[in-house]
Amino acid sequence: MMSEMRFESPQTLEAAVALLSGHNGITKILAGGTDLLIQMRGGRVEPTLLVDVKSIPELTSISQNNGAFRLGAAVNAMQMSEHEAFAQSWPGLTEAAMLIGSYQIKSRATVGGNLCNASPAADSVPALIAAGAIATIMGPQGIREQKVEDIATGPGKNSLAKGEIVLYFTLPPRAPHSADAYLRFIPRTEMDIAVVGAGINLTLNDKGICIEARVCIGAVAEKALLVKEAAAALIGSTCDESALEKMGAAVSAACRPIDDKRGTKAYRIKVSSVMARRAATIALNRARRTH
Amino acid sequence: MNDIISEKKLKVIGTSPDRPDGVPKLTGTAQYGADHSLPGMLWAKVLRSPHAHARLLKIDYTKALALPGVKGIITSADLPEQKFDYLGPERVAQNFWHMTRNILAREKVLYEGHAIAAVAATTSAIADAALKLIVVDYEILPHVIDVEEAMADNAPLLFEDMITRGVTPPPTKASNISKRIQFQLGDPDSAFKTAEEIVEMHFKTAPVHQGYIEPHACLARADQDGQAEVWSSSQGHFVIRTMTAKLLGMKTGDLRCHASEIGGAFGGKTVVYLEPLAVALSRKTGHPVKITMTREEVFKASGPTSGASMTIKIGVMRDGTLVAAEGIFKYQAGAFPGSPVMNGCMCGFAPYDIANARTIGYDVVCNRPKAVAYRAPGSPISAFAVESTMDMVAKRIGMDPIQLRLKNIAKIGTPLLWGAKHGHAGFAETLQALQKHPHYQSPLGKNQGRGVAVGYWFNGGGESSCTVNVNEDGTVVVATGSPDIGGSRASTAQMAAETLGIAYEGVRPIIADTNSVGYTQATGGSRVTFATGMTVINACKKIIAEMCLRAAKIWKIESENVIWEDGSARPAGKRAGEFPPLTFKEIAAKRTATGGPIVASDSVNAEGQAPGFSAQFCDVEVDPETGAVKIVRYVAAQDVGRAIHPKYCEGQITGGVVQGIGWALNEEYIYNSAGRLENAGFLDYRMPVASDIPMIEAILVEVPNPNHPYGVKGVAEANIVPPMAAIANAVHGATGRRLTDLPMSPPKVLAALDA
Amino acid sequence: MSKQHVTTQINGNSVEFLCETRQTLLEVLRDELHLTGTKEGCGTGDCGACTVTVDSKMVCSCLFLGVEAEGKSIQTIEGMAQGDKLHVLQRKFTEHAALQCGICTPGMLIAAQTLLERNPDPTEEQTRYWLSGNLCRCTGYNQIIHAVLDAAKELRGAKS
Repeated sequence: MMSEMRFESPQTLEAAVALLSGHNGITKILAGGTDLLIQMRGGRVEPTLLVDVKSIPELTSISQNNGAFRLGAAVNAMQMSEHEAFAQSWPGLTEAAMLIGSYQIKSRATVGGNLCNASPAADSVPALIAAGAIATIMGPQGIREQKVEDIATGPGKNSLAKGEIVLYFTLPPRAPHSADAYLRFIPRTEMDIAVVGAGINLTLNDKGICIEARVCIGAVAEKALLVKEAAAALIGSTCDESALEKMGAAVSAACRPIDDKRGTKAYRIKVSSVMARRAATIALNRARRTH
Repeated sequence: MNDIISEKKLKVIGTSPDRPDGVPKLTGTAQYGADHSLPGMLWAKVLRSPHAHARLLKIDYTKALALPGVKGIITSADLPEQKFDYLGPERVAQNFWHMTRNILAREKVLYEGHAIAAVAATTSAIADAALKLIVVDYEILPHVIDVEEAMADNAPLLFEDMITRGVTPPPTKASNISKRIQFQLGDPDSAFKTAEEIVEMHFKTAPVHQGYIEPHACLARADQDGQAEVWSSSQGHFVIRTMTAKLLGMKTGDLRCHASEIGGAFGGKTVVYLEPLAVALSRKTGHPVKITMTREEVFKASGPTSGASMTIKIGVMRDGTLVAAEGIFKYQAGAFPGSPVMNGCMCGFAPYDIANARTIGYDVVCNRPKAVAYRAPGSPISAFAVESTMDMVAKRIGMDPIQLRLKNIAKIGTPLLWGAKHGHAGFAETLQALQKHPHYQSPLGKNQGRGVAVGYWFNGGGESSCTVNVNEDGTVVVATGSPDIGGSRASTAQMAAETLGIAYEGVRPIIADTNSVGYTQATGGSRVTFATGMTVINACKKIIAEMCLRAAKIWKIESENVIWEDGSARPAGKRAGEFPPLTFKEIAAKRTATGGPIVASDSVNAEGQAPGFSAQFCDVEVDPETGAVKIVRYVAAQDVGRAIHPKYCEGQITGGVVQGIGWALNEEYIYNSAGRLENAGFLDYRMPVASDIPMIEAILVEVPNPNHPYGVKGVAEANIVPPMAAIANAVHGATGRRLTDLPMSPPKVLAALDA
Repeated sequence: MSKQHVTTQINGNSVEFLCETRQTLLEVLRDELHLTGTKEGCGTGDCGACTVTVDSKMVCSCLFLGVEAEGKSIQTIEGMAQGDKLHVLQRKFTEHAALQCGICTPGMLIAAQTLLERNPDPTEEQTRYWLSGNLCRCTGYNQIIHAVLDAAKELRGAKS
C-alpha cells in the first residue's frame, strides 16, 4: 500500500525550509506540478511530504531593482508573458517559458520547476543560462547564490542539498543594444518536448559589433550546454553570415546527444546549429532595435 | 426501393440541422463509458505484462487478495477455453481461441501490456496497490517487432505450431506467417513484357493508433441467476454482447448491453478488452465493477492498425495506359492473426481499370498488440504504396497525375481483382471535381510541392434494426441499434422526418440496448447512414401504411382509397376530395380509438452499398534545414452519394484527412530493444494539434447510389486513404526526394535531403 | 488513508469535499462530486479533455491536486450554460457541427471561453494556437475553429 502523503502549503520561506529539512522521508516541492504530478501518477516518485510553495510571495512575484529583474522561481509562464516590462526586457526567456506545453500547462508550469526537474530538454533553461541568470537558494544553512548552469547536473538530477529551495532568479540589468532569443525544434507546432533548443543573449556596441554573447543549447547532452566557443564566434563580429556559420559549427561541435524517441544524434547535431543561427538572427534584430 | 427520390422534393435531407444529441454533449451531462456509476461499485485494474514475449510459469495472487479492500481477482483460469476456429467471412474472420488469450494471457504473454489478471477493489488506489502484490514468474523469450524480421527463417515464434494458411501444399515448418492470400486478374507476367515503362518501388509504414480521445471504459453488474448488464463505450453493443457472452460461456439473452456515448473509435472499439473482465469480476464479487484504461494502457494494450512492408510494380504505356500491376503486401497482425492485409490487397488497385494485375498478401504475427480496424482498415496502407508509385509513373511519362488517374479510372463494369465488377459511377466525377478546383493550377512558393492521390474503400451494408413509435402528439421515437459516433442520430432523424413528411424536430432518435431492439452490427464500415438508414426508412414506410389504415378507419372508407402526400393522409381514387386531409398529428391523436399503438419495426441485411472514393491534393512546404513538412493547403473531394447532413459529411472528410496527415508525418510506435513501447502517450505519439494544419477544404461530390432510397453512399472512411501518398508526392514535388518510409518525420526527411 | 477537507467554489456554489492528498482535481470532480462532464483523455496534460478554470486561469485538472483547490474558484463545463440558456460557444458548436463524438467538447469549450475572455477578436492562427492543447481526433479542427470565430463575432456584436 502506498504510504500516506502529507500536503502542506506554507505561507513563508522559513516555514517551507523548516518543513523540507525537518521531514524524514521523500519530500517534494510542488510548484506548477506539470512534471511532478505525472511522475506521481506513473509511480516514479511517491513523496511522503509535498510542500506547495505557491503561497510564498517571494517565489511567486516578479520585481525589479536597479534595472535587474528578480523572477520568482514559482512564477508561471503566463505570469511572465503578462508582465509587460519583463517580457519586453527578456523576450527570449519569456518565449522559452511560453513554449512549455499548452496554455493550460503554461498557466501552471514554472521556471524554477523547469530547472529543478532537470530535464535536458527543458525549454526555459537554455534561455535562463544564456541570460546569465543567478539563482538564489535558501536552505537550512541560510541563503546562497549559484549560477543557473550549475544547478541541473544530469537527467532528473540537480545540485540542491536536502531542504534547499530555489527562491528566485536574478537577471542582469539590460545593457543598451542587447537582447535574447530562444528557438527550439519540435516535430509539431506545439505540445512536443524540444528535440533541440537554443538560447542566445547578446549585446552590441554602437557600431553594431557584438561585444558580449552567451549561447546555450538544450536537448543535446545530459544537461543544457553553455557553449563558450559559439559565443566567441560572435563576439567581435557584426554577427554576419560567416560569424553565424562559425557559431553554428561551434554549437554542433559541442553537442553530445543520444538517439532517442525524439530524434537521432545526427539530426540533433545538425539542427542545433540551425536553431542557434536562427535564434541569433532574432536576438540580433532585437538588439539592433533596442536603445 | 430503386426509385431514388429526386432532390427537389427533399425538405430535410441536404440540410444541416442541429444534432439531436448535441446539448448533453455541450453541457457535460452526456454519459460516456467512464461516466457510469452504480451504488456499491468496485474499481478494477488490470495487471499487464512488462515483457514483449514470455512464457507464463506461475501467477500467485494470494497476497493481493489478502489486501483489505480487494474483493476479487481473475486470471485466464476463470474463463472457459475456446475452440480454435476461424469464424465469419475471411476478410473479417474471428478466432475465439485467440480472443480469449488476448483479453487474459494463458500460456504466454505476447506483447508488453498483455493482460494477465484483473483485480476488483473498493477504490482504484487499492486495486492499483494490489496489482503490485501479484507475483508472476516469467520465462522471458526472444521477441520480434518488425514484420520482415518476423518473417525471417530464424525468427522467434509466437505460436510454435502455426502453419501458414492459404499455401498449397501447406508448409511443414511453423512460422509467424498466419496466412498468404493472392488475387489475380489476367496475365500480369506477360503484360509487364509489353509495358513501355515499368516503375517498381518498396515501401514501409508504421503501425498507427486510432487515437480516440476517450480511453476504453465499461461498467458491469451481474446477478446470481446468470444475468448481467454492461454499459460500455463501443461501436457496437451487440458485438460486445456476442463476444462477452461467448468468452464467458453465458447465454446471449442473459447479457444486456447498453451503448454509452462513445468518445471516438475509428474502428478501435469493435472488439472487447474490458467487458468480459468486468462481468467476470462482478459475478465473482457480487458488486458492480467499473474498469477504465489509462492512456498508457490504450497504447500498449488496444489495437493499432498494421505497419507494413510492401513492393509495388506498375507497367504503363507512354500514352498513360496502365497495362500491368503487381503488389506484395506484408502486414503486421500484432500478437494474434488478423491484420487487414486482405483489404489492402483488394483496395490498392481498385480505383483503376488494369486488365492484368496481381496482389499477394501476408498476415504476420509479431510481439505487438493485436491489430484492430482503423478507418478503411488496410486500404490506406496499400494506397500509400500504390499511389506513391502512380506518382512516379506520372512523372516518368510526363503526364499530369490527375490526368493519368482519369485515363485509367474504373467505371461501371470494370473487372475487379476479386472477380466482381465495379457497380457504381462516381470515381471519374470525383477526380474531375478535384481537377477543376481553382487552386490545382495555382503557382507554388519556394520549397513547396503539390501531390495528388486517390483512395478506395468498399463501404459496408449489413444487419440493422429499428423500431419506430408514434406518440400521441404526432412526434416519433426512432430506436436503432447503432451507436452514434459522429452524428448518425441526426442523419437517422432526417431520413425518418423526410420519409414521414414531418418536422425533423418531431423525431427523437435513440440508441436502444441489445434487449430492446433487433440485432444490429457495429457502427463501422461507413454503414450506418446506409444500412440503418435503410431500415429506418422501411419502418417509416410501414408507419405511413398504418397511418393510411387509421385514416380509412376514421373516414370509414376502404383503405386502398387513402394515399399519403406531404405528411397527410388524403382520400383518393373514387373517394378523392370527400374529406379534408388528416395530418400525421391528427391521426396520432386518435391512436387509441383506431386500433391502439402505432409502431413499426424493421430489420435489414442491407446490400447494394456503393464503394467510397476520395481524390485529394495537397501543397506542402519543406524546411530544407530541419526537414519539417508544413501542410500549406489541402483539398479533398469525395463521392458522398447524397449528403444527408452536409456539415457532418464535410466533418467526416476533414477528420479523416487530418488523421491521414498525422499518419503521414509523425505518428508511429517507437519500441526499444527490449520490445517495450517508448511513446505510450499523447506527448510522444504525435497526433496533429490545431496549429499544425490549415483549414481542410472538402468538396462533396454527389453521385447518388441507386440502391438506397435517398442515394446514400458511406462517407466516413475513403477520406483517410489518400493523404499519406498525397503528402509523400507533394514532398517529392518540393524536394525531388521520394520518401517511402512512414512517418515522414523531420529526421527522415532531412536525411533524405542530405542523401 | 485519512482525507483532507477542502472548501472551494465550483460553478459559483460553495462546495466542501474530502479528498486524499494524492487525488487530482479531475478525480475529485468526477469520482467524488459526480461532475463527469470533465473528461479524462490522458492524465498527463497532453489532451486538454479535462480543462477547467481555476480562478479564471485554464488548467488541466489532471495536473492539479484536489487539495490545491482550497479557497479557489473553479469552473467546469457544467457551469457554462446559464439556466436554460446555452453559452454562445455551445450554440455555435452545434450550429457548425464542431463536435462529432463530443469527448473533447467540454475541454474545448472551456479553453475557447478563456480565449474569448482575453481576446474578443482572435485571428484563426491565434485560435489554433490557443486550442493546441486540446486534441480532437474527429473533426480535423475546421468546424471547431469556425465555431469559435463565429462565437467571437456574435459576442463582439452583442457588446457594441
